[in-house]
Amino acid sequence: MKKINTPLDLNKIKSLKAGEELLLSGTIYTVRDQAHKRLAEAIKKGARLPIELKGAVIYYCGPTQRPKGKIIGSCGPTTSLRMDAFTPLLLAKGLRAMIGKGKRGQEVKEAIRKYKSIYFVTYAGCGALLAGYVKKAQTVAYGDLGPEAILKLEVKDFPLIVAVDPKGRSIYGKD
Amino acid sequence: MRRISALKIKTAATELARQANFFLRKDVLAGLRKAYSGEKNKRAKNILKAILDNAAIAAKEKLAICQDTGMPCVFVELGQEVRVEGDLKKAINSGIEDGYAKGYFRRSIIKDPLSRGSSGYLPALIHVDIVPGNKLKLTVLPKGFGCENKAQLKMFNPTVKIEDIKKFIIDVVKTAGPDACPPYVVGVGIGGTADYAAFLAKKALLRKISGKGSQLERELLKQINKTGIGPMGLGGANTALAVHIESYPTHIAGLPVSVNISCHALRSASVVL
Repeated sequence: MKKINTPLDLNKIKSLKAGEELLLSGTIYTVRDQAHKRLAEAIKKGARLPIELKGAVIYYCGPTQRPKGKIIGSCGPTTSLRMDAFTPLLLAKGLRAMIGKGKRGQEVKEAIRKYKSIYFVTYAGCGALLAGYVKKAQTVAYGDLGPEAILKLEVKDFPLIVAVDPKGRSIYGKD
Repeated sequence: MRRISALKIKTAATELARQANFFLRKDVLAGLRKAYSGEKNKRAKNILKAILDNAAIAAKEKLAICQDTGMPCVFVELGQEVRVEGDLKKAINSGIEDGYAKGYFRRSIIKDPLSRGSSGYLPALIHVDIVPGNKLKLTVLPKGFGCENKAQLKMFNPTVKIEDIKKFIIDVVKTAGPDACPPYVVGVGIGGTADYAAFLAKKALLRKISGKGSQLERELLKQINKTGIGPMGLGGANTALAVHIESYPTHIAGLPVSVNISCHALRSASVVL
């Protein structure tokens, strides 16, 4: 299976097509609802962001607490559609890729095409399985949000399927 | 009168919270295995394999089956000859809190739906039913919100055609599409009042997947699986593992129908005290 690493090479991403399966290694950030809201507010205010969005890969995920002796708890993807309202703004700020589950709205698909970004899905409802691909995890921002804090994850061969490619084509078809 | 102590109830709730989140229900596992062996679409088969692997890893490593350890929904069937010594709801909440903390589950519950604020484990959503007898049955159903968000209610006219009801149920599944983690178990509540139909739809998820069911349930399952949504919404023959309908008498002027979808990680555990 095709392997890719972060930082994601623009040329490599360009050639990826909706439906392709691959394995990702490198750094990704967990960012979900409330963290999106805060990032968007910070961007609008022109405030400094707690993570560098340019070139970043974000994972729509709020893990369980970390069990004793483990790197991370269960950590599967959450529904991507809920982040759609914030996504074009983050893409404009240089966000490179997103990992989640389910469809995206038309506006997001267009923004993905415009900014040559990419949206992946991963095994939904398989948080225990996916924990095995996480080699390091550290809270880097918004710790007060508990499960919605931003974590920096180091992953190895994390399984992905391209769901919206940089040409804006979706694995789910037109709708 | 049989006495059951609050402490006994608390301990049971702790254990059920743990069990439900670590060990996938046997009937759900069997349903998933059957789906896996019958699935012809290669990608769908791979996804079903990942789902089965996930359940095995969760049980072995004591990791939550899903990071969304849900809103803890608790169903109590309280025998009328039972006297609870202490505070029943306090005991359940305290037991759930212990189970969630010990399992390192997620703090997914916020105290105020509008102002949100920081999240915790409580409160559990407790439904108490008084039944004959001297036993107490406790069931914990951690309900994730990826699928809870797709629930719907429709108040039909009493003269509605059954075809319109079927269409509504199938449309709820189509609207959920890939988002609520298919293959689903589709809970349907028909009758009662608006709130009671919604309760029945949720309660229908507690019924074991048997491969049997009423003619209407079997027909709906067939039609839902014909949509081709498939595991993760990426195509395949398995969009739902089962359709469970619970019904109740209703008013001459109405016909409430509620649908509550469960993701493939349909988790619950019960004990009789």
